[in-house]
Amino acid sequence: MGISHRMSRREFCGAGAATATALTFPLAFPLPAFAQSAARVVVIGGGFGGASCARALRQIDPKLQVTLVEPNRTFTSCPFSNNVIAGLRSIEKQQFGYDKIAASGVTLVPQAATAINVTARTVGLADGASLSYDRLVLSPGVDLRFDALQGYDEAAAAKMPHAWKAGEQTLLLRKQLEAMDDGGLVVIAAPANPFRCPPGPYERACLIAHYLKTKKPRSKLLILDAKDTFSKQRLFQNAWKELYPGMIEWISLSQGGKVNAVDPATNTLITDFGNHTAQVANVIPPQRAGRIAEIAGATDKTGWCAIDPVTFESRSAANIHVIGDACLAGAMPKSAFSANAQAKACASAIATLISGGSPAAPKLINTCYSLAAPDYGISVAGVYQPKNGLLADVEGAGGVSPADAPRDFRVREADYAQSWFATITAEVFG
Amino acid sequence: MRALRVAVGIAAAMVWSPPVLAASDPPPGAASCSGCHSAGATAASSIPRLNGRDAGDIVTAMAGFRDGSLPATVMNRIAKGFSDDESRAIAAWLAAQK
Repeated sequence: MGISHRMSRREFCGAGAATATALTFPLAFPLPAFAQSAARVVVIGGGFGGASCARALRQIDPKLQVTLVEPNRTFTSCPFSNNVIAGLRSIEKQQFGYDKIAASGVTLVPQAATAINVTARTVGLADGASLSYDRLVLSPGVDLRFDALQGYDEAAAAKMPHAWKAGEQTLLLRKQLEAMDDGGLVVIAAPANPFRCPPGPYERACLIAHYLKTKKPRSKLLILDAKDTFSKQRLFQNAWKELYPGMIEWISLSQGGKVNAVDPATNTLITDFGNHTAQVANVIPPQRAGRIAEIAGATDKTGWCAIDPVTFESRSAANIHVIGDACLAGAMPKSAFSANAQAKACASAIATLISGGSPAAPKLINTCYSLAAPDYGISVAGVYQPKNGLLADVEGAGGVSPADAPRDFRVREADYAQSWFATITAEVFG
Repeated sequence: MRALRVAVGIAAAMVWSPPVLAASDPPPGAASCSGCHSAGATAASSIPRLNGRDAGDIVTAMAGFRDGSLPATVMNRIAKGFSDDESRAIAAWLAAQK
């Protein structure tokens, strides 16, 4: 307590100078000119979407005051985290800091955003402080729905990991696989659409099978699915036959694959057609937009955020833009590539709106690689543009890797997958 | 007083300088390229960097990917989403980037 009353000469001078500045500037210059030249954009969420957007905003218009609100000091990437689960990669290679983003002129606020006042245009922070904005960007990612599967709450996730947010959960699933006896049953429960990273559960099945084939070859992997079709399906199913014959079984929705409930005490997954008791159970539950989007009034009854496809502005909350996994981007899947592409388009639109212009219709690309093995890559790509109020596929473009490609094609796509990760993480965090 | 005059001069310059236009906005689609094609020089990558490349070369490659005369893994699927005019605009913008 006493320390705060003692003021050194230097601190005193500093305070005096600050006061003089504060007094002089408003008297000498009209404020509105200053206010106009320094519009404030607050970005909530420091993942592929939010970090990209904050950086792009500063790059497009260095006069913008850009603040990035993200409580974590380190970002842990979901893309390539299936390699960590399979023992092919260290978690450290998934982790990135925010120093370069700060160096690019973005103000970092290492706090959780807890409240949004749409009328006053303020963001409330966990420590009680508040930030004012002219435009707000929400990139909160997904929240896992711990109310969707009976018995699957946060405590259950410590026994039956989702590993759908990278970090501790990723390492927990890896440890469970390492501790499992040869001959054990691994079960992955995959959710209905929409969810983060549509090919993710099936890539995970491949890379876990790669680990099992190498270390525990008598083991089996079962996918219990709440869907009848999935992303890159034929390519994945061909790879399962080719690389892991007899090891992976997929049970679709119509075959009784939908998990309705779990029992963490016995590691049991319960469907309408019966119970499956696993040695390792990876439960990927249904998801919705991160909670702050709901607080902002930006979610609809689906739990996701409807947006304008040109500006990414929320359909229900003015001056609030939503990008990445949290938004309903029409035909664009919930991927890191999409989030990054949307972030740059959104940043352009915001800069144009702030300068009084009207944003041009964007065109966006998604490219999403999956690894069926470390040297076996497959991809899906798409090109998108606004149509009838949604981001729609450009007809004739996009699609998946050819089903009949030679093996060297898969090797090249695996190499491109690695290059993509190096490039996008360097653009966002490097 | 002198310090104040300097401050006023600087502020006046800030207030009255003409608006700085964004260093040419990327045409539709162009901003997505750097998801794979590094805009910086740092990332170790098998995917070629496009910034500063000859615009004609980029347009020719896009046309080749589109009609299948140039073999590709993924660019054939992406190039089909862009017209010749769009490719030219993107190529010109990429060529102008450092």
